[in-house]
Amino acid sequence: MTNKIKIQNLNVYFGETHAIKDVSLDVLQNRVTAIIGPSGCGKSTLLRSINRMHDMVASARVTGSILLDSTDIYDRSSNPVLIRRRVGMVFQKPNPFPAMSIYDNVIAGYKLSGRLVRADADEIVESSLKRVALWDEVKDRLKANAMELSGGQQQRLCIARTIAVKPDVILMDEPASALDPLSTLKIEELIEELKDKYTIVIVTHNMQQAARVSDITAFFYLGELIEAGDTRTIFTNPEKKQTEDYITGRFG
Amino acid sequence: MNQFHYDSVEATVSHDEQVRDIDSAKGVSGDRIFKMITLGFAFSIILILLLITVGMAVESIPALKQFGWKFITGSDWDAVQGQFGALPYIWGSIVSSLLAILIATPLSVGTALFITEIAPGKLGGAIASLVELLAAIPSVIYGLWGILVMAPWLQRTVEPFLVDHFGFLPFFRGAPYGVGMLAAVIIIMIMIIPIITSITKEVLLAVPKSQKEAAVALGATKWETIRMAVLPYGRSGILGAVVLGLGRAIGETMAVTMVIGNAPQISLSLLDPAYTMPSVIANEFAEATSKLHSAALMEIGLILLVLTLLINIMARVLIWGVTRQRSAGGHI
Amino acid sequence: MNGMVARSIKNAGMMILMGVATLLVLTPLILIFFHIVKEGAGAINLDFFTQIPNPPGESGGGMANGLVGSAILLFMASLFGIPTGIFGALYLSEYEGNRLANIIRFSADVLSGVPSIITGLVAYTLIVVPMHGFSALAGAVALGLIIIPIVLRTTEEQLKMVPGTLREASLALGVSFWRTTLQVTLRSALKGIVTGILLSIARVAGETAPLLFTTLGNQFWGRKLTEPMAALPLQIFNFAISPYADWHRLAWAGALVLVVIMFGLSLVARLFGRQKPMA
Repeated sequence: MTNKIKIQNLNVYFGETHAIKDVSLDVLQNRVTAIIGPSGCGKSTLLRSINRMHDMVASARVTGSILLDSTDIYDRSSNPVLIRRRVGMVFQKPNPFPAMSIYDNVIAGYKLSGRLVRADADEIVESSLKRVALWDEVKDRLKANAMELSGGQQQRLCIARTIAVKPDVILMDEPASALDPLSTLKIEELIEELKDKYTIVIVTHNMQQAARVSDITAFFYLGELIEAGDTRTIFTNPEKKQTEDYITGRFG
Repeated sequence: MNQFHYDSVEATVSHDEQVRDIDSAKGVSGDRIFKMITLGFAFSIILILLLITVGMAVESIPALKQFGWKFITGSDWDAVQGQFGALPYIWGSIVSSLLAILIATPLSVGTALFITEIAPGKLGGAIASLVELLAAIPSVIYGLWGILVMAPWLQRTVEPFLVDHFGFLPFFRGAPYGVGMLAAVIIIMIMIIPIITSITKEVLLAVPKSQKEAAVALGATKWETIRMAVLPYGRSGILGAVVLGLGRAIGETMAVTMVIGNAPQISLSLLDPAYTMPSVIANEFAEATSKLHSAALMEIGLILLVLTLLINIMARVLIWGVTRQRSAGGHI
Repeated sequence: MNGMVARSIKNAGMMILMGVATLLVLTPLILIFFHIVKEGAGAINLDFFTQIPNPPGESGGGMANGLVGSAILLFMASLFGIPTGIFGALYLSEYEGNRLANIIRFSADVLSGVPSIITGLVAYTLIVVPMHGFSALAGAVALGLIIIPIVLRTTEEQLKMVPGTLREASLALGVSFWRTTLQVTLRSALKGIVTGILLSIARVAGETAPLLFTTLGNQFWGRKLTEPMAALPLQIFNFAISPYADWHRLAWAGALVLVVIMFGLSLVARLFGRQKPMA
């Protein structure tokens, strides 16, 4: 099993607040890694450090390293723009670009970065939409505005937009928390299908979801990684008391 | 710490995708250039403010050197003789603005209270938008109305009445010209009322409902609620609105120039013509031929600028204080 | 019981006082509108839009040169005032949280309170003196200085209303920050920004004081931007203070046209702003 991402002694600070405390974690290729823990435990913060989204926050400071394949994404020579093309992200609430059509949303990653949209744009759109099982639902109205889609469709469109730029890794920040159960199910099935090609890290507050979709689960508490391992082991036979308390619903 | 780490970062990450855009071109960072460009434009605001202040100070040097403090204490203004004392203009500006503010404040606060507390529905909304229309009318049109409609009415009706009945007071002596200090005070008042009213309205709307409900629960009448809960809460915001109105009043140029009569004299009578700082600049600057005359007008501009800067800074601090207090006290 | 009655009377009295204050505030407004419409409508005709002013004492004539001159001045002022305001606002909204941004914000607020005649003096010093003559260019600079802080603050407000999730969506696709700002953030706020710009142009369209010793005014058609040029508000001013009844009539016509243009602009702006975004 290959390591896709190697997080080593990662610390994240927001001003005086120490949000992530000395975390080391390996993320395996073509596996789904779930990050769980009570809210405020730093799981989103950790996720957002994997594609350097904290760069946008003036008070944020990151130490330690995150190796993507073998390059440290926090090395001075790393370009966050290029890293984000390899490490895509799907957000909690569906956020398609409101002024764009469905078609344009899918190829937004190319259009917005000024890269020439090549002759194969149609092909990219079609294959990306097929990949997220949205093609049949929208193929007759690709020029329609993206906001006309339902919430679940919008979220799948956002995933299509993410895979259109051909990343290796997809980060998902509670991607189904704003959706109805049926749409949630579709997203979960999609995650299952996507892992043959992508490495997926998903943050969720829903333990059943973590148990259903992930291969590896990491439990966070107060900014620290308490324990990480095979999902079945974590949910049936955790090593640490805190993990067990959380899993059995004693807090959080 | 580092706002944008990639400000200084070059692209060396290799990727199977061939990338041609400027963002990753070696040695060039689009983000860094972009930040510098926007900073340059934003910084130009500070430069403009500095340029205005320093530029006017430099242009006033000849008058500053020649007259020193006598410039603001002297009352001779004679371009031919080269004598320049600005006291009548300073007097005219301060008196007209203060009197206008004095009358405008209760009217504006009353109107704002009427809009927010008494008729908060459609009627209040309609009045509020009418008042906002009033704020959009240019000064020169107020002046046109002032000189062609209001001044003749003052001359025929109001001023003779004042002279007949209150002529024993020093404030209402002299011939009814129509144009003069009284006309200026009225026109300034009409012009600043919309500004004070609309800011006061915003301040009053920001008073938390719980404040009012507490008073109502104690059995307070509407007026008692306003006096006990609404006005104390909005006090500094309203003060800020009034100070902002004062700044506008002192800088008001066209309408005042058209109705004040433009005579550089210091008189207690409201019926007499007077002059203000912006008016003398408006009337004389284009025709000022001697260097000293221009410099004297520039110095008047400088005094005006310093006054309005101080007033504005005061108003902003007051109004900003309210908004901060509002966001801090929101959970109480 | 007596106290209760006294309190009710006092309450009613205060309510009436507020109503009276409102009436006093509204009366001049209604009078001014009434006179502008009445006098203006009586004086307006086709000549107003096609002719230049006649010499003093002669009847007829129009303000065609003032209308065109005002349009040129506003266009040139927008040309440098609007980009400066927008790019400055991008800095304030997208690079938040630093002290410099606060100083700039404060300066813009203070600058918008500077009397407009002062910007005329500055434009005089900067343009008229070095170029040895009054010019349309100097007037445009004076108006532009007034536009900048207004556009800056309204644009900043609009940019701040763009949800952060849109910026993040773009950044997460590997789009650089500057492209995100221009193509996603600015574009999302565009409608509100255009509304704000139209409103600020409407506001400066009636400015007169800054033009007095920059553009100066012109009885004829101005040919060059380096020469004095006519402007509608200047003509209203000069005609209003003249002793001729015929010129007074033209001034009223000019006032009506100016008010209609300004209100028309802000109406267009508000309608434009109210339209739903392309959803």
